[in-house]
Amino acid sequence: MKRTRALMASMLLLYVLGAGVSPAATVKLLNVSYDPTREFYEEYNKAFAAYWKTKTGDTVIVNQSHGGSGKQARSVIDGLEADVVTLALAFDIDALSMQGGLIPRNWQQRLPDNSTPYTSTIVFLVRKGNPKGIHDWGDLVRPGVAVITSSPKTSGGARWNYLAAWAWALKQPGGSDATAEAFVKRLYHNVPVLDSGARGATVTFVERGIGDVLLAWENEAYLARKELGPEKFDILAPSVSIVAEPPVSLVDQNVDEHGTRKVAEEYLTYLYSPQGQEIAARHFYRPRDPSVAAKYAQQFQDIPLLVTVDGLFGGWTKAQATHFADHGTFDRIYGR
Amino acid sequence: MKVNSSAAAALMGRKTRGVLPGFGLTLGYTMVYLSLLVLIPISAVFIRSSSGGWAHFWEVVTAPRVLASLRLSFGASLVAASINVVFGLIVSWVLVRYTFPFKRFIDGMVDLPFALPTAVAGIALTALYAPNGWLGAWLKPLGIEVAFTPLGIVVALTFIGMPFVVRTLQPVLEELDREVEQAAASLGASPLQAFCRVIFPALWPALLTGFALAFARAIGEYGSVIFIAGNMPMRSEIAPLLIVAKLEQYDYAGATAIAVVMLVLSFAIMFGINALQNWAASRHGER
Repeated sequence: MKRTRALMASMLLLYVLGAGVSPAATVKLLNVSYDPTREFYEEYNKAFAAYWKTKTGDTVIVNQSHGGSGKQARSVIDGLEADVVTLALAFDIDALSMQGGLIPRNWQQRLPDNSTPYTSTIVFLVRKGNPKGIHDWGDLVRPGVAVITSSPKTSGGARWNYLAAWAWALKQPGGSDATAEAFVKRLYHNVPVLDSGARGATVTFVERGIGDVLLAWENEAYLARKELGPEKFDILAPSVSIVAEPPVSLVDQNVDEHGTRKVAEEYLTYLYSPQGQEIAARHFYRPRDPSVAAKYAQQFQDIPLLVTVDGLFGGWTKAQATHFADHGTFDRIYGR
Repeated sequence: MKVNSSAAAALMGRKTRGVLPGFGLTLGYTMVYLSLLVLIPISAVFIRSSSGGWAHFWEVVTAPRVLASLRLSFGASLVAASINVVFGLIVSWVLVRYTFPFKRFIDGMVDLPFALPTAVAGIALTALYAPNGWLGAWLKPLGIEVAFTPLGIVVALTFIGMPFVVRTLQPVLEELDREVEQAAASLGASPLQAFCRVIFPALWPALLTGFALAFARAIGEYGSVIFIAGNMPMRSEIAPLLIVAKLEQYDYAGATAIAVVMLVLSFAIMFGINALQNWAASRHGER
């Protein structure tokens, strides 16, 4: 009995002392992101925490959640209390506004560059020495070339692949929607396995040894080459590709509930700072900042023509409806 | 036989005031428990599926791709469960009837598919059966492709269903009196006759249960299958994957429509198997 009371008293004392010596607050943020950003945000969170500490004296702890982009968006709609979302494509953040009403419709205009602080693009990863002589999109429909990509129905990354292929066909002499549709149809007939996610497709190509060419995000391709050794794969730049824009946004309803709007806003704008841009570049994302981009220019592929979803496809809502919704162009490839 | 059953009835009568609390309390508990865990979530699925209207529902579930995936899901599950009934019977027979070194160890291994996260199983099986895998490399020259074909789906579903059959059969086999077989043999029955006429009738309700469990487990399986299936539309695309594809478009009504069809089909099949079992039990009892 006596011991218990002593213990309780000392605990109380510790509690009071503890409260006394740390006047600075601890803020928690939850960043809900997609799969391949794990390593990037691990480094970025440390940098941001240090920056926030010197600026305000507060400690910020950023928790990360990673998964397929669409699944992550659904979790947030269903109540996962994300302060910020950093997803693979605008369509999934649009859903937070259209399905969930969690953010305003104009979310993409709130931050510079379409709310996309870094970009990537779609490149080809081929086996060392490029035994099938693949150089551009046109080579992918040759008989005997097996192309690995995931299903655009279930994978956000795969939708960028699909649109990049479409853009190339459209930009050929005499290109039209009809020729582009015929081209992607032939392309997908050379796809032996449709994985459900981008990482799955990478595993199929890299580990299972299936296929001659993997359509990949540039940052994923570099990561794969870095992890597995440059002696196994070559990265090729096609003549036309698409600017893959993984955007970011606050989740207004949640930050207002948590009282974290200010720090969450700063968390996103710091991505545009030279420090944030450097970290993105080190993780093979293309920085928006011209001086950082110039510094890292030689590490990225030189692609003559880069199109955007907004420029060529009229934005994600339209692209989704035309190509990936039920009865869209992708469904027509497989007879329905 | 008559004496026996009346004695049993007397025993039952005495047992009504047994160890468990009263019927009212336990039934109430059962209903609440079942409602929270099963009925309410399932009715939510039905309600969500109706949010798109009947026309949308019908359009979704009669699309050729959906029909193909349902055929594949139920067909592959049926094949896998049937394989498990045959080979699961052999495994449980060996584990019950014989003693051999490492028996405990092998017995424990049976539960592995229960414990393993299914995605891990899928990745392991794919690595094994892919054209550059240990087994796949041997099978490919023979013209047998397993990974990324419907055959791969059957392999994955057989793997995850196996313990259901073995664990259902084991206790029944242990109960089975060896003397009955010896009696059959001494009365001149061949081993085959003894199996067909004596052992099998005692086993087959348990076999059906094991089959039903393995089958039900296989229908809903997602994690292990998507890695090995190849997911080609109309060919190796399972119904749960189409549900995920619908969710990816935020088409909740479409996704739950496929789910409802799977639920109704599964329930009908389970109900049929149960009815078959009851019929078998009563026929067995009469004899």
